Parts: sequence; structure tokens; C-alpha cells
Amino acid sequence: MTAAQPLPTLEITALEKRFGETQVLRSIDLKVQNGELVFVIGPSGSGKSTMLRCCNRLEEPTSGAIHVSGKPMLGIPRKELDRMRLQVGMVFQGFFLYPHLTALKNVTLAQRKALKRPRAEAEARALEMLDKVGLKHKADAMPSELSGGQQQRVAIARALALDPKVMLFDEPTSALDPELVGSVLKVMRDLREGGMTMIVVSHEMQFAREAADRVVFMDGGVIVEEGPPEEIFGNPKSDRLKAFLSRVSGEAA
Amino acid sequence: MDTIIDAFFNIDIMRQATPLLLKGAWVTLQLCAVVILLGLCGGLALALLASSRSALLRLPAFVFIDIFRAIPPLILLILIYAGLPFVGVRVPPFVAVCIAFLLNNSAYFAEIFRSGIKAIPRGQMEAARATGLSPSQAQAWVILPQAIRNVLPDLLSNVVEIVKLTSIASVVSLSELLYSANMARAVTYNSSPLVMAAGLYLLLLWPLVRVISRFQRGLSISH
Repeated sequence: MTAAQPLPTLEITALEKRFGETQVLRSIDLKVQNGELVFVIGPSGSGKSTMLRCCNRLEEPTSGAIHVSGKPMLGIPRKELDRMRLQVGMVFQGFFLYPHLTALKNVTLAQRKALKRPRAEAEARALEMLDKVGLKHKADAMPSELSGGQQQRVAIARALALDPKVMLFDEPTSALDPELVGSVLKVMRDLREGGMTMIVVSHEMQFAREAADRVVFMDGGVIVEEGPPEEIFGNPKSDRLKAFLSRVSGEAA
Repeated sequence: MDTIIDAFFNIDIMRQATPLLLKGAWVTLQLCAVVILLGLCGGLALALLASSRSALLRLPAFVFIDIFRAIPPLILLILIYAGLPFVGVRVPPFVAVCIAFLLNNSAYFAEIFRSGIKAIPRGQMEAARATGLSPSQAQAWVILPQAIRNVLPDLLSNVVEIVKLTSIASVVSLSELLYSANMARAVTYNSSPLVMAAGLYLLLLWPLVRVISRFQRGLSISH
């Protein structure tokens, strides 16, 4: 008798996405288990960001299914979608903090309006999350007064404060100056140690080697190869992955 | 020289006209308060429709905006005040002015609000929706506060235009500032009351105009 498979925190089934004539994603299948950090790599235009954005329906999939802890993300009424989105935290390449609100208010807004938490509770939770990303002392700062790295950490706190089941990171360090990347990666490492389920689209290969449970390589809208980081980086099988890795290491050198 | 002073800056006549002109200024202020509020509300509603993703909502909003930005408000006003009685609808002057201004101002305010909304990066809406905010919550708490702040100088400029434009209410015998001044001119056979009315508009609008140019200077420094 085999043990029942645990319910994946995020499950992508036969996901397809077309923009007009262009097929961006074709039959993507991916299961992410609780506490897992899945790292997605691939050349630009390979569809990795689109896949991520389909997971919380910032992009509308053409067909397929997305489930979060067994509950469908597709084919549900808008109000239900808003509730489901609370369980899927998203961190963007461009941070997108609300520039007219303080760091604290950035983190309390959705707690108050979407989760309907009372003000005191939302603020306590926000301070806790800002502390977690090392920015409690910046609670009253406006986004324009923060560095890019600090803005991104506030954006992570904003998503975490809603107690998501899974966090999606869409190239979270690509817009940062090199010296600020480390502070964001450190927060992500802490999150992983805290057991957060994460999908990370990024070019930080070193981080993938150290922190990922599994690396997924995408090219041309399909998952070409996936496996533990030591397999993907140490023993790539497909020619496309080999070519990609040599290009990337060439850039880094 | 004396003739000019006598014809335009006659202190005696101004003193006589003062009570009438102050009454007119008060009517102008009331009128402004009502039509500006109506225009802001109508404009915001139209702008939200015009920014909608549904063409069914967007199209009528654009048609409305285009039509009423192109029709001179004076024609609108006379049509409403003098034309509607022919189909059995009689509106008092104040209401006629309010309707004409609502149609005209909402169209102008809508364009200002819409340009403000359009200038907010798409990521702001995406970030808000990704945290579970509904489309209307995202508009109310994320998009509009930023949009309105960005177009504040334009909104204020439009307010100045509206205050000046309320003087067209004089053609439907609403005893606002210009109507009162013109009455005083006719009775005294002297233009000084008109000069005085212009002075009152200046007094009313000069602080606002200062604020706007300070705003614009501030913006050009911070950008």
C-alpha cells in the first residue's frame, strides 16, 4: 500500500497561455509541496514570468487548471478570486509599493480592506512583518525615502502580512543595484528556513544552488528539465539547458 | 485723465453700488460651491467609466465627454433656460445654470481625472489586486489618491476657469456678481461697478492662482 500523496500547496495542470497567435506556455505541469522552494530559470521570453502571473491570475490562462491547497483558482467568481489571492503572495520585479502611503500603511492596507482586520491588529502584524524583513525602524518612511532593496523588503512584508500559503517571486532582485541584492536574498533565505512555500523566478544562480529544493528550467513555453539544483547545474541533460547554463556563466565571468 | 477716473474709478458710484455687488458676490460664491462640487462628482464618475475595461461603459463616457467639451456652455445654458419651457419644462435660473455647468464641467473634470488615472503605472493596480483588493477598493485606496495628487494643479486651474465662467449666469437674469454690476452700471450710467466686479473676481481668484503657480513650480523642482 502506498502512502496517500500529500495535497500540493500549488498545483499547475496542463496550463496553456496564448497572446493572440503567440503560444507563450504549452501544457505546463508543476506541483509544489508545502515548504518547498522551487526555482524557475530560463532565457527571457521562455514564459517563466507568465507562468508565475497565471498562478494568481494577473494573466488569464487560456486553458488548464491551477489549484492552491486543492482549491481551484480558475472558473470562480471574482469575490472568491479576491479571497484566493490572499493565499498567494506576489513580489514583483518593480516592487510597486504604493508611493502615497508610508511603509506601515503599505503593509496594513490589504489587511484592513481585504482581510477586514481591525486597525490595531493589522498594525501589530505589519510591524511584526517589517521587523522580519529588518525594517521596523522604517515603518513611518515613505517609499521614496527607501532604497530599492528596502522597498522590495517592504513589498515582501506587505505580501507576508496576509498569511499566504505560497509566495511567488517574479525576478525580485533584477531591478536592484548589485550591492542591495544580498539584503533581499537574506530575507528570502529566512523565509525558506521558516518553512514558507515559494516559487522564485530569478537569475540569481548562486542563490538557486544554495537555497532551492528543486530547479525548473523553462524554454520556449515548456518545462524542459527539472530536478534538484546539484543535478540541474552539475549534470544538465538537455542541450538547451547546457547551452543556457554556459551562456549564463559566460555572462557572470 | 479726470474723465477716465470719473468713468471707471468713480468712488462715489462704487460706494453706492457696494451693497448690490456684495449681494451679487455672495450669489456667485454659492453658485461656485454648487457647480464645482457637481462638476467634480460628475467628472470623477465619468472618468471611472472612461477608464473602465468594458467598452460598453467606456464608449458612452467618451461620447459624453467629447460632446460637452465641444458645445459652448452659453448655448447649453440658453437652451436649457429658454428652450425647455417649449416642451413644458420650466427651470428656475439657478437650476438651469447648475445643469448647464454639470454637463460642461463634468466633461472637463473627467478629462483631467482620466489623464491622472492613466498615468498611474499598471503595476500599482496589479499589486493591489494581487493582495486581494477588489477592483473598486484598488481604485479607491491605491489608484485615485495618486491620480488626484498628480493632477491637483490642473483641477485647481479648472476651478479658476469655472469661477470666471459663472458670470454667464447673468444672461438668464441670475443676480450674481456680473448681473448685479451690470444693473448698477445701467442705473448709474457709469462703468465703475463693472471695474469693481472685476476687482472682486481678482480678489477671489488671486490666492488660488498663486497656489497653482506655486504647485507648478514645486512640481518642476521635484521632477
